[in-house]
Amino acid sequence: MDAIETIRVAKDSLFVNKLRSVLTMLGIIIGVGAVILLVSIGEGARKEIYKELGELGSNILVVVPGKTSKEGGMHMGTSVVRKITYDEAKFIEKRAKNILHAVPVIVGTSWIKYKGKSRDTYIVGVTEPYFEIRNLKMGIGRGISTSDVDSHLKVCVLGRTVRKEIMGDANPLGAVVSIGDAKYRVIGIMAQKGMALGFDIDDVVFIPTTSSMELFDTDRLFNITLKVRSTELVDRAKKEIKEILIKRHANKEDFTILSQDEMIAVMGKILNIMTAVLAGIATISLIVGGIGIMNIMLVSVRERTREIGIRKAVGAKNRDILIQFLAESIILSVAGGIGGVVLGVALSTGLKQLFDFLPTHITWWSVAIAFAFSALIGIFFGVYPARKASLYDPIVALRYE
Amino acid sequence: MVILSDITKSYILPGGEVEVLKGISLEIKRGEFISIMGTSGSGKSTLLNLIGCLDRPTSGKYLLDSIAINTLSGNELAEIRNKKIGFVFQSFNLIPRLSAIKNVELPLLYAGILTGERRDKAYEFLKKVGLSERGEHMPSELSGGEQQRVAIARALINNPAIILADEPTGNLDSKTGQEIIDIFKAIHREGSTIIMVTHEKYIAEQAERIITIKDGVCFGGCY
Repeated sequence: MDAIETIRVAKDSLFVNKLRSVLTMLGIIIGVGAVILLVSIGEGARKEIYKELGELGSNILVVVPGKTSKEGGMHMGTSVVRKITYDEAKFIEKRAKNILHAVPVIVGTSWIKYKGKSRDTYIVGVTEPYFEIRNLKMGIGRGISTSDVDSHLKVCVLGRTVRKEIMGDANPLGAVVSIGDAKYRVIGIMAQKGMALGFDIDDVVFIPTTSSMELFDTDRLFNITLKVRSTELVDRAKKEIKEILIKRHANKEDFTILSQDEMIAVMGKILNIMTAVLAGIATISLIVGGIGIMNIMLVSVRERTREIGIRKAVGAKNRDILIQFLAESIILSVAGGIGGVVLGVALSTGLKQLFDFLPTHITWWSVAIAFAFSALIGIFFGVYPARKASLYDPIVALRYE
Repeated sequence: MVILSDITKSYILPGGEVEVLKGISLEIKRGEFISIMGTSGSGKSTLLNLIGCLDRPTSGKYLLDSIAINTLSGNELAEIRNKKIGFVFQSFNLIPRLSAIKNVELPLLYAGILTGERRDKAYEFLKKVGLSERGEHMPSELSGGEQQRVAIARALINNPAIILADEPTGNLDSKTGQEIIDIFKAIHREGSTIIMVTHEKYIAEQAERIITIKDGVCFGGCY
């Protein structure tokens, strides 16, 4: 039997049970659509993060406590290691020739209150150059200044969300808010940054590092964010800082200096895992769809037992029957795969239009893999029913009622 | 053309082995029109299935056109059925999803004949059984007699060596049944070999020779 006729016969029998065929295909449509959609979400997140990190400029280094190998994933901040202190940051800034700024950063959470309204938010202790290094723009007022830091001033810069939540439309500049047990004067409001990957990066309050040390009663830094004089000096700066810190840490390298490339690599690794998990979940639904095909093909083979007998009586070989039923399951899965590609691409594009914080990015490889996998599923889950059909004894099949 | 020597056929059932055919020997020459008679359970349908290469004998030898059927594989049997055998069944056995002409085309499909030629030939044979106007009808839209004529066209289309008919009139009224027998007679006159199983005497007597089977043994007409 020639290929065109095989496809025609398969198509005809699928058309006889339209609803059943469509429902069976739906399993594959959803599976393929889910793979494409979820991978596009993962890839969109990756692109967004790369973009954000890229905007920082390539001459940034971050020193974090604890030694993390680049293969081992991210530093979790829980291990008992020697802390990095405010004084060390100041020391580096003074001593390291290749460094323009060294910002000691402390991160914690605390309640911030204003006239009966309060919010639990991130409190970030920074010094003046931080805003420039991280490319953060002021909306109104000013940022944290060096003199604020030096004189441990209780001043704060609010992110948009915090301002909206606790102050509403009231004039924020000069207002006094409570953070922890202390009163802080609001000196500025950040420009809007928006949502990124579901995180509200406007839900943050900046205060001088020195004040945050008092607030959280610690001199343990979250990190030191460094700006190198120029991109070419990054490697030299790294070496220089390493030498300085090792000397201060009793000759032990219990800290990690990450360049921007390394931060991207670490994030990339996390995102790879995230994308793989998402794709894995979607693949499960694709396999469930395949089982649906197998189920319906088994029903179809049983229903058409007599037809198989007739075809064999007039000369169909086992292979002819096998191919006929296999063609049906492949057509089901490939048609479902095409539908799934359409659905996945439509949903990814739609999500991007509807939600700023879900910057989906469709990759050709996810479309290709999802589609190819759907075709493979048609073959894999179609073989058993088709083989079963092909092995029917013609006499028994002809007698089947 | 058909030579059966000492054919037996046993089935293994849960209750033990049942010997349905107990040593049948007969010879059928090209162009003969033969009836096989016997009561239900006599083994006549099993014999027809063996001659039709739908099944293989347990023992004995079967030569069809000098080909030893016993030794062939399932796929080789399928090829023999396609090229040398045309079946007509009591319950017509048309594929309900396919139009009359598509049903007639079926053997040609498995013979590897291309679409255009298949269609022309199928039309020619539908015309031969007087159904040239009904080609696009589905089996459910045809009367029993018409369905059986479609089945005969299908049996004839690959120009087989033998036409095997298993109670071809069993589901038809006597007038329509006679029309079907008349078609058989006509194709027999054109040279076809026909073997027909029936339990109705007046149908059987219209053939040239009657073979009688009882309890798996030949009681007459086997030579």
